[in-house]
Amino acid sequence: MALAFALVVAIITVVSVYIFAAHIWWFPPNISTHGAAVDHQFTLTLIMCGVVFVLAQLGLAWFVYKYRDKGDGRKVIYSHGNNTLESTWTTAAAILFIGLNLMGYRIWAAMHFTGPAPGAIRIQAQGQQFAWYFRYPGPDGQFGPTHPEQVSDSSGNFYGLDREKDAASKDDIITATLGIPVGKEIEVVLRSKDVGHSFFVRELRVHQDLVPGLEIPIHFTTTGDALNHSSDPKLPNGTYEIVCTQLCGLGHYKMRAFLKVMTEADYEKWLQDQAASQ
Amino acid sequence: MATVLTPPKPATPSGGDFSGGGNGFGSREFGGGGGPEHQSWGVPAGTYRTGMWMALVAIVMLFAAFTSALVVRKGGSRDWMPIALPPILYFNTVILLASSVALEISRRALATGTVRRFKVSLNAAAILGVAFIGGQFIAWTQLAAHGVFLATNPSSSFFYLLTGAHAVHLLGGVTALFYLVWRAPQLASGLKKPVAVDVTAIYWHFMDGLWIYLLLLLTVRL
Amino acid sequence: MAEMQVHSEAVHHHTAPTGFIRKYIFSLDHKVIGKQYYFLALASVFVGIVLSVLMRWHLVWPDAHIPLLGMLSPNGAPGGVMTPEYYLSLMTLHGTLMVFFVLTTAPQSGFGNYVLPIQLGAEDMAFPTLNMLSFWTTFVGFVVLLATFFIADGPPLSGWTAYAPLSAVGPAAGPGEGLGQTLWIISIAIFCVGSLLGALNFIATTLDLRAKGLTLTRMPLTVWAWLLTAILALLSFAVLLAAGVLLLLDRVGGTSFFIPANTILSDRLLTNHSGGSPLLWQHLFWFFGHPEVYIAILPGMGVTSHIISTFSRKPIFGYKAMIYAMSAIGFFGFMVWGHHMFLSGMSPYTGFAFSVMTMAIGVPSAIKTFNWLGTLWGGRLRLTTAMLFSIGFVSLFVSGGLSGLFLAQPPVDVNLHATYFVVGHFHLVMGVAAIFGMFAGTFFWFPKMFGRMMNETLGKIHFWFTFVGVYCIFMPMHFLGVAGNVRRYSRFTEVNFLNTPHVIDLHIFMSWAAFITAGAQLIFLVNLFWSMFKGEKASENPWESTTLEWTIPSPPPFDNFAGKHPVVYHGAYEYGVPGAEKDYIMQDSPEKVSGT
Ligand code: HEA
Ligand code: HEA
Ligand code: CUA
Ligand SMILES: [Cu+2]
Repeated sequence: MALAFALVVAIITVVSVYIFAAHIWWFPPNISTHGAAVDHQFTLTLIMCGVVFVLAQLGLAWFVYKYRDKGDGRKVIYSHGNNTLESTWTTAAAILFIGLNLMGYRIWAAMHFTGPAPGAIRIQAQGQQFAWYFRYPGPDGQFGPTHPEQVSDSSGNFYGLDREKDAASKDDIITATLGIPVGKEIEVVLRSKDVGHSFFVRELRVHQDLVPGLEIPIHFTTTGDALNHSSDPKLPNGTYEIVCTQLCGLGHYKMRAFLKVMTEADYEKWLQDQAASQ
Repeated sequence: MATVLTPPKPATPSGGDFSGGGNGFGSREFGGGGGPEHQSWGVPAGTYRTGMWMALVAIVMLFAAFTSALVVRKGGSRDWMPIALPPILYFNTVILLASSVALEISRRALATGTVRRFKVSLNAAAILGVAFIGGQFIAWTQLAAHGVFLATNPSSSFFYLLTGAHAVHLLGGVTALFYLVWRAPQLASGLKKPVAVDVTAIYWHFMDGLWIYLLLLLTVRL
Repeated sequence: MAEMQVHSEAVHHHTAPTGFIRKYIFSLDHKVIGKQYYFLALASVFVGIVLSVLMRWHLVWPDAHIPLLGMLSPNGAPGGVMTPEYYLSLMTLHGTLMVFFVLTTAPQSGFGNYVLPIQLGAEDMAFPTLNMLSFWTTFVGFVVLLATFFIADGPPLSGWTAYAPLSAVGPAAGPGEGLGQTLWIISIAIFCVGSLLGALNFIATTLDLRAKGLTLTRMPLTVWAWLLTAILALLSFAVLLAAGVLLLLDRVGGTSFFIPANTILSDRLLTNHSGGSPLLWQHLFWFFGHPEVYIAILPGMGVTSHIISTFSRKPIFGYKAMIYAMSAIGFFGFMVWGHHMFLSGMSPYTGFAFSVMTMAIGVPSAIKTFNWLGTLWGGRLRLTTAMLFSIGFVSLFVSGGLSGLFLAQPPVDVNLHATYFVVGHFHLVMGVAAIFGMFAGTFFWFPKMFGRMMNETLGKIHFWFTFVGVYCIFMPMHFLGVAGNVRRYSRFTEVNFLNTPHVIDLHIFMSWAAFITAGAQLIFLVNLFWSMFKGEKASENPWESTTLEWTIPSPPPFDNFAGKHPVVYHGAYEYGVPGAEKDYIMQDSPEKVSGT
C-alpha cells in the first residue's frame, strides 16, 4: 500500500511536470510589447512552484514509503516539533512568495499605472449580450455623444448615436471587427451596454472586465509578429479571436469578435471601407 | 513544549475562562437550557452571555456591511438626492432610550429582590419598545406621504433599509421582553434564574447603541 | 483523583428523549443533529455529482441525447438535448450546492456537531435548541434551492457568484433570471441565518464548556479548526446576508444598489434604475467569498492533522505552529478578497495590495504542509483508509494551493483569470482536498458514530479510484487554462481556438475520468450503508487514539459521559511517549509524561 501510494504520487508528479515543461498545452505566441514580461513572470512562477511541487510531493511519497509500519515495533521519534525549523521554513516561504510578488510589480505597473502616450489611437469597444461593437472617432477625432434611449439593435444603432443632430457623431465609424495598425499604441475604452462582460485576447496578453456604468481604458502596442500569426490555422494571419470571459447569459459562449492587425496602409484602407459602409 | 502532569485548574463559575481551561460545569443545577428533554442540561449563566455577545458580533457585521454599501454607493454616484429625516425619529430615540433605562432599573431591581419595581419597570420597558416600533412606522408613513418610497432614490432606499433592518431586530427584542413579562412571577420568586433578564438587557441596550449609530449615519450621510 | 470522584457523584438527570419525532427529527441531541447535517451534505453532494456528470457530458457532446433528461426537464433539455442556458443553470446549482450545502455543512456542522462537544468533555452543545434550529433552517434553504429545478424557467444561470447586474435585472437578463434567481437568493439568505446560529453555538461551546484541565493549548487541532471556522463564519456570513438583502431589494423592491443607469436589455432601456454599482456586489460577495473557502478547508486541515498524528503514532509536529498558522489563515483570509477582482476595473494599486496579502497567506499554508510532513517523518505509519485520505489531502492541497500562487499575481492572472486554470485550482483544493477531509473524517469517526467499523477493503478501493480519478479530472484543467480555455462556456464550438481536437480530446479524457470517478463514489455509498448495519462491531477505541471521544462507548450514550465529567491531564497528541506503558496516553489518564 505504502509503495503503491509513493509510486502513484511520483507518477502524477512526473507526468504533470512533463506536460508543463513540454508545453503540450501552452500560451499562443505573444504579439504585444508588454506580453514578453508577462510570459516571463509566468515561467518564473512555474519554475519556482514546480520545484516546490516536486519537493513536497516526492517528499510526501518518500516519507509514506520509508516510515510505513513494518510491524517491527520500531520506536517512533518522539518530537513535538522544532522551532528553528519552523522559523526557517516560514522565512523561506515568506521570502519566496513576497519576492516573486515584487518581481511581478514592475509588469503590472507598466500595464496599468501609466496611461497611453498622447499619440495613441483611441477606439471604443462596447460589449453587449452577445456581441462586440467597436467605434472609431472618424476624421474629426471626436466621439459623438450617445443617447441611450435611441439605442436599437434592430436598426443597427448599437451606440445610440444621433447622426443628424450631433456633428461629432456624423463621421463616427462603428464596426464589428477591431481593426488596428501594427506597431502603433492603441487605447481601447471598454463599456458595457447591459451586464458584465470581459475583453480577452490571449495573444495580446490583455484581459479586462467590462463594468456596466463605467468606462475602462486599456492600452497596448502590437509587435511586428502580430502580422504573422493568428488564433487558429483556419484564420488568416493577423486575425485573433476576442472572447468574452465573464458570464453574461445564455450566449456567453458565443460572444466573440475578431481583432484584425494590419499594416498602416491596409488599416487606413480598411477604415475607409468601413466608413463607406456606415 | 513538554507536557507534564499539572493538577486540573479549579472550576471557574463564570465560564468563558480562556487560559485556565473549562469550568467543569460550575453551575449545573441551573436549568432551562433548551427544550423539555434537556430540562437539566443547564450551562453556566456566563455561556448565555457569551452566546449573546457572539450574536451581537454577527449583527455588527451585518450593519457594517450595510454601512460600507452606503459609503460606496453614495461615493461614486451622481443620482444621490438628500432626504429630510422625519422629526419624529428624535422623539422615537427618546422613547427607545427610556425603554432601555426602564429595563436596566428592572434588572437591578430583580437583583436586589424588589419585586414590584422589577415587574413595573419591566412592563414599562416592553411597552416603550412597542411604542418605538410604532413611532418608526409613523416615520415611514410620513415619508411615504411625501412621496418618498423605498425605490425613490438611493438615499431613501438606504433609509428604509437601515431603519427596517433595525426594526426587525427590535421585534426580536420586544418578543423577548414580553416573554420576560410573562415569566415575571417565576423570575421574581427565583424559580427561574435571572440570566434571561441579563441577556435580554444586553441585547436591548445594544439595540439602543445601534439606533444611535444609525441615526448619526443617517443624519450625516443622507 | 479526588476531583474525579466528586464529579462522578454529581447528581444527573439529563435524560434521553422518548418518541420518534423528538429522538430523530426535531432532536436536541448534538449527535443526532451532527448526523442530520452529515446526511444533508451527502444528499447535496450526490445531486451535485449528478449535475457535474451531466455538465461533463454536455461539454464534450453538446448535441448528444442524454437519456431521461428530456423527461426530467422538458424546457431545459428538449428531447434530451441540453440547451446552453440549461448547462449554465446546472453549473450554478452544482457550484452552489457544493460550496454551501456540502462544504459548509458536513465538515463543520456535521462532524463538528458530533465530535466537538465530546472532545471538549461536554454532554451537548451550549444551546441545543438553537442547534436544532440551525439545522432545520439550513434544511429549508436546501429545499428552496432544489425547488428551482421544478419551476417553469428553471434554476438561475448567473453562477454561484451571482454577479450583478446579471443577477439583479430580472427575467430580461435571460432564462432562470426570474423566479429562479429570486429563490436562489432567498435560499442563500436562509442558509446564512442557519450558519450564523451554528457559528455562535460552536464558539460559546468551545470557550465555556471545556472539561477541567482542557486548556486551549491542550485542545485537539480539530477543535481549534472548528473554533476558527466558526469565527470566520460568524464574521463573513453576516456580510453575505447583507449583500443578499440588497440584491433581493434590487430585484423585487425596485432599488438600484447594483444596477447602473442606462442599462439596455434586448432593446429596452431600464428607466426605473440608475446609479447602482456592480462592483459593490463583487466586493460584498468576495468579502464573504474568500473567508468562505477557508471555512471549507479549515475543518479538513484539522481532521488531517488529527488523523496523521494518530496513525503516525507520533505527536503532531509543531502543535502551536499549527494553531498560529490556522489563526493566521483565518485572519489574513479577510484581507485578500480582492484577488478575485484583479481585472474587474478596481484600482490597480488596490489590486497589487491584495496580491501581496494573498501571497502572504501562502506562508501559513506552507507551515501547515511542512508540519504534516514533519509529523510523518520518523513515524510508524498505519495506512488505514482514513490515513490514506489524509495524506491524499496533503498531496491535493499542495497541488491546488500552488496553482493559487499563479492566480495571486495580477500579471500572471491576466491570462489565467476566468479560464479552466481557476476551475482546476479550486477543484483541487476545495473540490477534493476538502472533500478528502470529509472522507477521512467519515472513516475515522464512523465507529464512534454508528458503533461499527467501515469496510477497509472497499474503503481502499474507493480511495484509489477517487485519488487517481480526481487528478485525471482536475490536473488537465490547468493545462487547458494556460491554453486560454475560458470557463462557464456551454459549448466550445463557437470559438475557433477551442474547437480543435487539441482541446476537445483532453476534455473528452476529463469527462471519462469524471464518469468513472463519480461512479466510484457508489463504492463509498455502499460501504457506508452496508457498514452501518452489517459492519463488525466497533470497540471503544479502535484506532488507539487519545482524545476524549475514545474514552466512551461506541456509540456514546445519550449524554456522552454518563453523568461523569472527564478531567484532562495531557495534550491531545501524546503518542509514542518514551517510557509510557502503551504507545499512546489518553488525555484523561493521570499517567505522568516525561516529555522531551
Ligand atoms: C478550499 C478552497 C480554497 C483554498 C484553500 C484556496 C487557496 C488559495 N487560493 Fe483560491 N479559490 C477558490 C478556493 C480556494 N482557494 C475558489 C472556489 C476560487 C474561484 C471562485 C470562482 O471564481 O468561482 C478561487 C480562486 C482564486 C483566485 C482568483 C482567480 C481568478 O478568478 O482569477 C486566486 C487569486 O489569487 C486564488 C488564490 C489562492 C491562494 C493564493 C490560495 C492559498 O491559500 C494557497 C496556499 C497553499 C499553498 C501555497 C500550497 C501548500 C504550501 C506548500 C507546498 C509549502 C511550500 C510552498 C512554497 C514555499 C512556495 N484563488
Ligand atoms: C466542493 C466543491 C466541488 C466539488 C466536490 C465538485 C465536483 C466536481 N466538479 Fe465542480 N465546481 C465547483 C465546486 C465543486 N465541484 C464550483 C464552486 C464550481 C463553479 C461554478 C460556477 O462557475 O459558478 C464548479 C464548476 C465545475 C465545472 C466548470 C463549469 C464551467 O466553468 O463551465 C466543471 C467542469 O467540468 C466541474 C466538474 C466537476 C466534477 C466532474 C466534479 C466531481 O464529480 C468529481 C468527482 C466527485 C467527487 C470526488 C466528490 C465525491 C464526494 C463525496 C461522495 C462526498 C461524500 C460525502 C460525505 C462524506 C458527507 N465543476
Ligand atoms: Cu459577454 Cu460573457
Ligand atoms: Cu479567494
